[in-house]
Amino acid sequence: MWRFIAFRTLQAIPVILTVITVTFFLVRVAPGGPFSSEKAVSPQVEAALERQYRLDLPMYQQYFTYLADLAQGDMGPSFNFPGQRVDELILQGLPITAELGLYAMLVAVVIGVLAGVIAALKPNSIQDYIPMSLAMVGICMPTFLLGPLLVLVFGIWFDWLPVSGWGSSPGDKILPSITLGAMYAAYIARLSRSGMLEVLSQDYMRTARAKGLPGHVVVIKHALRGGLLPVISYLGPAFAGLLSGSFVVETIFQIPGLGRFYVQAAFNRDYTMILGTTTFLATLIVLFNLLSDFLAAWLNPRLRYQFSKGK
Amino acid sequence: MTDTTTPDNLLAATPKGVSLWQDAWVRLRKNKLAMFGLGFLGFIIVICILAPWITPYGYEDQDLRLGASAPSAAHWLGTDTFGRDLLTRIIYGGRISLAVGFIATSVALVVGVTYGAIAGYVGGRVDSVMMRLVDIIYALPFMIFIILLMVVFGRNLLLLFLAIGAVEWLTMARIVRGQVQNLRQQEFIEAAISLGLSPAAIIRKHVIPNVLGPVIVYTTLTIPNVMLLEAFLSFLGLGIQPPNSSWGLLISYGVESMEEYPWLLLFPGFALTLTLFALNFLGDGLRDALDPKASRD
Repeated sequence: MWRFIAFRTLQAIPVILTVITVTFFLVRVAPGGPFSSEKAVSPQVEAALERQYRLDLPMYQQYFTYLADLAQGDMGPSFNFPGQRVDELILQGLPITAELGLYAMLVAVVIGVLAGVIAALKPNSIQDYIPMSLAMVGICMPTFLLGPLLVLVFGIWFDWLPVSGWGSSPGDKILPSITLGAMYAAYIARLSRSGMLEVLSQDYMRTARAKGLPGHVVVIKHALRGGLLPVISYLGPAFAGLLSGSFVVETIFQIPGLGRFYVQAAFNRDYTMILGTTTFLATLIVLFNLLSDFLAAWLNPRLRYQFSKGK
Repeated sequence: MTDTTTPDNLLAATPKGVSLWQDAWVRLRKNKLAMFGLGFLGFIIVICILAPWITPYGYEDQDLRLGASAPSAAHWLGTDTFGRDLLTRIIYGGRISLAVGFIATSVALVVGVTYGAIAGYVGGRVDSVMMRLVDIIYALPFMIFIILLMVVFGRNLLLLFLAIGAVEWLTMARIVRGQVQNLRQQEFIEAAISLGLSPAAIIRKHVIPNVLGPVIVYTTLTIPNVMLLEAFLSFLGLGIQPPNSSWGLLISYGVESMEEYPWLLLFPGFALTLTLFALNFLGDGLRDALDPKASRD
């Protein structure tokens, strides 16, 4: 297990470095600087600005200074929010996005697993078809359509729930969380259904029933652990998806989180902000993939065994 | 699917020998959802291709006196705030959405199949280096990179194809590599080698036809992903730019005025969702038909 953890962790480092490097140079070669759209400034002012943002140094020096600063948690000043550092801005948005992501994940896992298990207990019956058709709708209905539709129906026509903001009025966290979680609930429902179906047909399930365990104990104690393995491995990629989904959800519901910062930075060509958020989000995604790998290996000894044998 | 009430087709065909493709077609035809998907897609594609001859309105024709109007006999799906016919705009938007779906998927297909076939065929150290590279790229958060690319290099269509294609080839490469590795150990490939065929000829004549099944299935399932990605980017304003249009862009316009004119959101939304439905059903059906052993997830 430790070997596995060590190897995977080592593998993550070049990935993160690649992300930082590629983003850094992409942003530097981008045509049109962040100041080019504004009215012409005098050469002195421009030189001062360039010095402030260290744009006067040769490229490789900029790169290494950036890396050195980054190691100390400093992502440099934002182009668009003068006087604020990118890392400060990220830390402002992060708790909100994290909360949104957490609720969305809860929605996805609770609804998804429940629907998948219910469907798997009686395959090819109405109890299977209804949740699985809903899952198909969930997969084909993009977040940016589902969100506005929910707003239209529950916020405007029925007027039950607030349609924007985060934590400013009661119930305003419900619609964004459902919107963001729905698609993942659908995938998780399909994954847990097929996982459960496979486990339920194994011999040890028959043994468990044969020794007289009641049905719900068999399902909860014996089947879930194996049946949910595919769901666990999916959580890492799902997390990455949730982050990019939060771009849309935060834009629709006007939530001042990380995703909205990123989209705004992209529009305003706020290069330090783009660089900082990309680095941050990418690292987060890589870490979560790592965590979900570890979790899967911990739950499934065969994976660990394959690894120690293969390498 | 699991329906075995009509074995006549199969039995009648058996004496002649049923090729994989005929067999798959028989199975696919029995899958109602997949056939619905195929039919619906065909319908949409024909309409989109014939767009200029089908709609009486131009795509940019404005009727400012009319403004936004609800569905009527003259404008089946209503008009937008500039009095432009919504049905016409959906059809023209569909052209771009479908084009992005098909072209970006083709990019992914060509790159993924070539890469996977080489890695799987050559094997050994080359294979492990190539696949380790795929692992690393796989771990990169691509959605963020596509947004970055669109921001940095401007929002042009060609780049969109390339960027989306660049994300989607990885899974294809993995699938093909696994299949090829498997094939590589079969006797008929050894026979071909011993007959002195060049590797290129072996790959073209023996390997590719044999991996076609899984590739077709995965391609069909990639198209809806790609279309979603394009719609997502267009919705954020980072994909297709006006005066061009796509379903994602129409949805984002619809959202702006959904309170007063909900049809501007609903109809483009239906168009996108139904098409994605059709593609997913067809993909699932093809998987059952071409690769009965593969598990559904």
